Amino acid sequence: MTEVGRARRRKEDARLVTGRTRWTDNIQMPGMLYVAFLRSPMAHARITRVDTSAARGRPGVVAVYSGRDFAAEQGSLPCAWPVSEDVVIPDHPPMAVSEVRYVGEAVACVVATDRYKAADALDAIEVDYEPLPAVLDMREALTEDSPKVHESGNKAFTWTFSGGDIDAAFTGAPVVVEREYVQQRLIPTAMEPRAVVASTDGETFTIYSATQIPHVLRVMLAVTTGIPEHKLRVIAPDVGGGFGSKLQVTAEEVLTLLITRRLGKPVKWTESRSEGNLTVHHGRDQIQRISVAAERDGRLRGIKVDLLADMGAYLMLVTPGVPLLGAFMYNGIYKMDAYHFACTGVFTTKMPTDAYRGAGRPEATYALERVMDELAAELGMDPMEIRRRNWIRHEEFPYTTIAGLTYDSGNYEAATDRAMTLFGYDKLRAEQADRRERRDPVQLGIGISTYTEMCGLAPSRVLGSLAYGAGGWEHANVRMLPTGKVEVVTGSSPHGQGHVTAWSQIAADALGVPFEDVSVIHGDTAIATKGMDTYGSRSLVVGGMAVLQACEKVKEKARQVAAHMLEASADDVEFDQGSFRVRGTGAAKTIQEIAFAVFAAHDLPDGFEPRLDADATFDPENFSFPHGTHLCAIEVDTETGQSRIRSYVAVDDVGKVVNPLIVEGQVHGGLAQGIAQALYEEAVYDSEGNLLTTTMADYLIPSAADLPDFVTDRTETPATSNPLGVKGVGEAGTIASTPAVVNAIVDALRPHGVHDVRMPCTPERIWRTLQSVNGGAA
Amino acid sequence: MPRITVTVDGIQYEEEVEPRLLLVHFLRDRLGKTGTPIGCDTTNCGACTVMLDGKSVKSCSVLAVQADGCDVLTIEGLAGADGQWHPMQTAFHEEHALQCGFCTPGMIMSAIDLLAENPDPSEEAIREGLEGNLCRCTGYCNIVRAVRRGAQAMSGQSAAANQEVPAS
Repeated sequence: MTEVGRARRRKEDARLVTGRTRWTDNIQMPGMLYVAFLRSPMAHARITRVDTSAARGRPGVVAVYSGRDFAAEQGSLPCAWPVSEDVVIPDHPPMAVSEVRYVGEAVACVVATDRYKAADALDAIEVDYEPLPAVLDMREALTEDSPKVHESGNKAFTWTFSGGDIDAAFTGAPVVVEREYVQQRLIPTAMEPRAVVASTDGETFTIYSATQIPHVLRVMLAVTTGIPEHKLRVIAPDVGGGFGSKLQVTAEEVLTLLITRRLGKPVKWTESRSEGNLTVHHGRDQIQRISVAAERDGRLRGIKVDLLADMGAYLMLVTPGVPLLGAFMYNGIYKMDAYHFACTGVFTTKMPTDAYRGAGRPEATYALERVMDELAAELGMDPMEIRRRNWIRHEEFPYTTIAGLTYDSGNYEAATDRAMTLFGYDKLRAEQADRRERRDPVQLGIGISTYTEMCGLAPSRVLGSLAYGAGGWEHANVRMLPTGKVEVVTGSSPHGQGHVTAWSQIAADALGVPFEDVSVIHGDTAIATKGMDTYGSRSLVVGGMAVLQACEKVKEKARQVAAHMLEASADDVEFDQGSFRVRGTGAAKTIQEIAFAVFAAHDLPDGFEPRLDADATFDPENFSFPHGTHLCAIEVDTETGQSRIRSYVAVDDVGKVVNPLIVEGQVHGGLAQGIAQALYEEAVYDSEGNLLTTTMADYLIPSAADLPDFVTDRTETPATSNPLGVKGVGEAGTIASTPAVVNAIVDALRPHGVHDVRMPCTPERIWRTLQSVNGGAA
Repeated sequence: MPRITVTVDGIQYEEEVEPRLLLVHFLRDRLGKTGTPIGCDTTNCGACTVMLDGKSVKSCSVLAVQADGCDVLTIEGLAGADGQWHPMQTAFHEEHALQCGFCTPGMIMSAIDLLAENPDPSEEAIREGLEGNLCRCTGYCNIVRAVRRGAQAMSGQSAAANQEVPAS
């Protein structure tokens, strides 16, 4: 029985269910000091005075710093994705020196002997601000007389893409549907708040951070602070979720490191949740204008997208790249003659946005899947039928889309058929018709989302062509120990996904060793020396492939030694389940025996370097394109606006599956976050730029009572772009589910004249939408 | 400073504490009981849930001085003296009811408390009962399954045996 494909319980769990965890905030060191940050209460202001003298005299206070104290050494927080020629990347000091541009921006800090004393002394810092006008609305920000966030203006960049002849597609089109959708601002809300610990021996620096990207962070911190890269070690210990929010180089990481450099002591900073809601980068926040041109039979002619993307106050690590990750996905699984995409990035005086689970693709998928329903309604067609008429048929793969991507494999028919069966589509449509007929105050809506997405970031050449600052490879090192045990060192950096278990399965199969005999090491740049880290559903399709390739190299070396030991030609030596066997004889050596023989090195082939260990760096040839069909049935009470998900079916095709348990878990969690965008979550700023949703009491991430049980299943169309046949799964559920839910709500209300409900579709929003279309007679 | 006596996971501690010190900071920073994490500052997330004299509390909303004379059980003290996991720990592992694991200590403690009041809860009762514990990774389906499995194991019924991996 192979390990790959098996529902192995996770190796990670033992520590996590017993509390033997290694969160960054757990770390205590002798003489450790604690940092607390004073943050701007103003959305936009000039800092005219900072007086730290009183705070310095408070008990336990070791140091107090303002931005001016760091001005010469703090550098500018990096943006690694200068997307266009016209992109403006404003200076982004980790601690504000002369101007603040969002509520929560750090303006000073206290370093003290414990966390309570550090927080106490913040009160004693005096800051004078000269208020400047807040800039909050993207469209207003782009007008000539708008106040400016930066001197250069409020436009961050423009970016366009065209495929086919868009004018021809729209000119004379029998049907054109145009809609505007708003992707509300979201707060990623990983359960573990950010935390940073920095220490130094005077020459070298070690920084622990709750980060998804220890390797990227090391390079960026070196560049930002001037600490040479080889003097800097970054460790991501246990990390409690990320969802993109820990794919960042943060002000607090830079400043904690600088404080350690100044004071020579270990320093810790741990954010509070309210601090996190203000200052962990936000997600989404786009206004999407989408137009679709079609024939009367529903066949798509073309799609045009005009996007405004709120950058917030600065461009952080990949802020301007997020809309680009969606730019190639507005055509989804459908064939069409032409496609045009234009995006403008806009500065506002809010927390910067950046990657949040799906990063660009949820937005694109939402607009597309919503507008497909609108087109179906316009044409009087069943929304599934219009999808069937347009999607790429399974025999057409590989298929190069109008956006220029080549989808390697897929079977939309199979996933849809399976989902329709599990859902009971026809029966639910009949019930819907009956409720409509009866004018039942509780209407039933059915929402469809037939999605694909591009993930497994990414072919380095493609990233280069999009002006991204780094490559998309991943690294692995596989070490055969003398006793036959195996260490897999991965450059991928997990924060809940289950890499240790899945990589053990891959290595166990490849080397023919027991699953229990493999350990997986990650998240420390001194040990996992090369890596590109974890985001964009890349770990398995890129990092897992690197593990497989390193194992293959180990095996080839072992084959040479086996042949030598068995006095046979290497060509005659076969490998099967951990043993090298001379073809046609019973003579064999196990890989463990070979590992010891190489360790002893007494009798190796001439010129053989005495080690089996191997490195591999895998650069994918293409993105990965998971797909699937999600169906959602929602009951909507037209009198109260209350909605209830009655059933949710997700059939996903993520290619070959290494561990079905982990895959199902990823889908569940993805669905929860996508549904949360549809129904619950929104970061709200008031008219002065104050964030109103600073706590978990105001920003509503769903609890168990807010979500249904999910029906999940899979079809399996192997990827042809990697030898494992695997596709990414981390973001698929989030990408697919938001439009499925909103399509269901709109479907329920369509007979009332409703064509859209703005997210999050709260009872109040639904009720108000009904009031507005019915003139109060819902 | 007030002096408190509190038993945590079977060990008695006598400590002087500031009156304002939160129980969770006492556990984590003073006693090194870092198995109990902190996920928010408004008592919403439940990650810091522990048992205080047998009832679940969010340890970020209890002062250390309020725990004077009390018995505190954290996730670290849940397994038996022989290292044998509590059935709820096993159930979470078996049902893949955790991913990043940050909410897990609180979720397990709350689940055990829920079963003390209702040993055989329906899915709906579990979802309602765990409303005060937030998870961002799992979508809760497997947590609900784990609590049911834990309930079966605790009530002495044999949970469906799974031979894949022994708890260790």
